[in-house]
Amino acid sequence: MTTVNRNGEVWIFAEQEAGKLSDVPLELMSRGRRLADELKVPLAAVLPGSGVKALGSKLVSHGADKVYIIDNEKLGVYQATGYSKTICDLVREHKPQIVLFGATPIGRDLAPHVASALKCGLTADCTDLEIGDHTPPGSTDVHKNLLLQIRPAFGGNIIATIVNYDRWPQMATVREGVMPMSEPNASRKGEIIDCRSTLNGLELPLKVIDSQRRPKKVNLKASRIIVAGGAGIGSKENFRLLWDLANCLGAAVGGSRAAVDLGYVDHDHQVGQTGTTVRPALYIAVGISGAVQHRAGMAESAKIIAINTDKDAPMMSIAHYGIVGDFRQVLPKMIKVIRSGAGVKA
Amino acid sequence: MAYHCIVCAKQVPDTKRITGQAMKEDGTVNRAALPAIFNPEDLNALELALAIRDQFGGTVTLMTMGLPAASEILREGLYRGVDKAMLITDRRAAASDTLATSYILSCAIKMLPHDIVLCGRQAIDGDTAQVGPQLAEKLGVAQITYVEQLVDLSGKTITARRHVGNGFEVVEGKLPVLLTVMDTANVARPPAARKIMKYKKARTPAEVSGAVAKEMGEGAAPEAVAAEAKKRCAALAARGLLIDQYDLDGIKADLTWCGRSGSPTKVHRIQSVVLTGSEHKAIAPTEDGIRELVAELIEDHTIG
Ligand SMILES: Cc1cc2nc3c(=O)[nH]c(=O)nc-3n(C[C@H](O)[C@H](O)[C@H](O)COP(=O)(O)OP(=O)(O)OC[C@H]3O[C@@H](n4cnc5c(N)ncnc54)[C@H](O)[C@@H]3O)c2cc1C
Repeated sequence: MTTVNRNGEVWIFAEQEAGKLSDVPLELMSRGRRLADELKVPLAAVLPGSGVKALGSKLVSHGADKVYIIDNEKLGVYQATGYSKTICDLVREHKPQIVLFGATPIGRDLAPHVASALKCGLTADCTDLEIGDHTPPGSTDVHKNLLLQIRPAFGGNIIATIVNYDRWPQMATVREGVMPMSEPNASRKGEIIDCRSTLNGLELPLKVIDSQRRPKKVNLKASRIIVAGGAGIGSKENFRLLWDLANCLGAAVGGSRAAVDLGYVDHDHQVGQTGTTVRPALYIAVGISGAVQHRAGMAESAKIIAINTDKDAPMMSIAHYGIVGDFRQVLPKMIKVIRSGAGVKA
Repeated sequence: MAYHCIVCAKQVPDTKRITGQAMKEDGTVNRAALPAIFNPEDLNALELALAIRDQFGGTVTLMTMGLPAASEILREGLYRGVDKAMLITDRRAAASDTLATSYILSCAIKMLPHDIVLCGRQAIDGDTAQVGPQLAEKLGVAQITYVEQLVDLSGKTITARRHVGNGFEVVEGKLPVLLTVMDTANVARPPAARKIMKYKKARTPAEVSGAVAKEMGEGAAPEAVAAEAKKRCAALAARGLLIDQYDLDGIKADLTWCGRSGSPTKVHRIQSVVLTGSEHKAIAPTEDGIRELVAELIEDHTIG
């Protein structure tokens, strides 16, 4: 446990695999930048790995003032023990006030291990982060400029804001895709710091004997338009209509968890709390009721069209356009209108 | 060789069943109206432990920290065949966050022989997935998270397949280890009818005291209540139906790291997610309606 250090930096764990940076640390950079500026402290990326030095400049171009690089063979393939020790030792040395991780499989494996070793707080799966003041109930003490860690809880039915005012660093994992990545600026200047690894003599407890990564079948995050279907579509055959509509719009196809569970579409296409979080220019929700876990992954879309036979479906209440009707009638009409270019002339 | 497995489980409100009845008028959730269940992925962890015991021998201990009501999931474990169930309950453990919870569980686990500690990947009320890795750190054992398949177990070596989002990883490690288990790992066995018959009257001391206090009414002297509870517990124990129960002293926990004082994270604010009334533009499901919509979207450069 480290004590409160008001001059501490804001840190972001720069997750990489096989020498390739993940998206989340870059997404976190833009929000981290804002937090650090508000606190008037430097923003730093922490980059453990093997042969990762070249990634430092990318982190700087995305907003880091400093990049702490810990390059060691033992950090080549991720496992909690080596990564956790590396980060804990660095935290003890530099006493940052905030440490953020992506809520990825790696981040959610690593951050709790680090928090336990440092005996500090950790909030999982945040969807928003802000700086604010907190007064504990029944007290008059004001703890100023804390990290407000905002996350859905209780199956998404409540939004909880968590703080940690006494046992720092303040740590959180942040859900992928909820914070927009800012454009890199190649002319930004930052300091690249080579750190001494503290892993000499440490024996790693696990051996990774096989590892397979398959590219996702669809990149929902990068799609400007998403046509998503739910349980209401009724069958995989009916789902073809969504693919057709997506084709003529140059859109990607998404699905609710119910649609995935029913086998209408592959899990890579799932939108929501346990799928991908998206914020496209247009989200067309077809036969999706709009459960809170689904909305968690798409409510930030710029425009939402809901197509549903139920005028009271929750999706209708967050949609900008609502079409009450059977998708079997609505989608063919939509495809026809778009194909004919009739929309343009109307 | 035979293995000692310890499964950590949590009783959770069934957040999937948030129906109309569980919503209050102001649109917030009425937690009391939700049924309390065995956290789903903890059942997968339990199943994996039982399968290991069935194949290699050894023991399965099911452990939970919670209110006396959480004894219910321990009975569910007994119905499925655990060898030993253990409740950790203490008022001083209230308001524990994941750090304090993992500390308390680690104290209890350290009292028992353990080769494999198993947790569900995450609990559906908080979805944090933190207690598993924190527990591994506190026990000083290696963690294998997101386990979807036990590939091999021989001697002191365990090999497991982990689900890592966009693929999988097969890792090998030396016991003792901590596993967090995914719902895709297996299908939990149903309770066995014979075991239900045997254990449906099994109780924790806290449940017995609660029941006695209720029966004897508010006016009863605390000594009389305690004496009666003690008598009933002894009778249950004689029939092998008294479930083990510990408080924080019983597991030698340092109170600094338990409950509120052991929990660095504090709630700043809770907001209920309330759907705002609909303000959307209604589009007629006709060709004309859709043509208008498409024109509008082209106009504002959303499509086209
Ligand atoms: C821990 C947890 C995590 C979860 N994570 C996710 C997640 O990441 N993503 C996700 O999507 N869900 C998730 N869920 C599940 C979620 O709670 C809902 O069950 C799910 O989103 C429902 O999917 P749906 O809207 O397709 O199905 P339903 O709720 O069954 O809705 C079907 C809709 O189709 C409409 N419909 C029926 N026929 C037609 C027709 N002919 N034309 C037009 N409309 C029609 C109906 O009116 C209805 O509104 C999660 C749940 C839990 C507990």
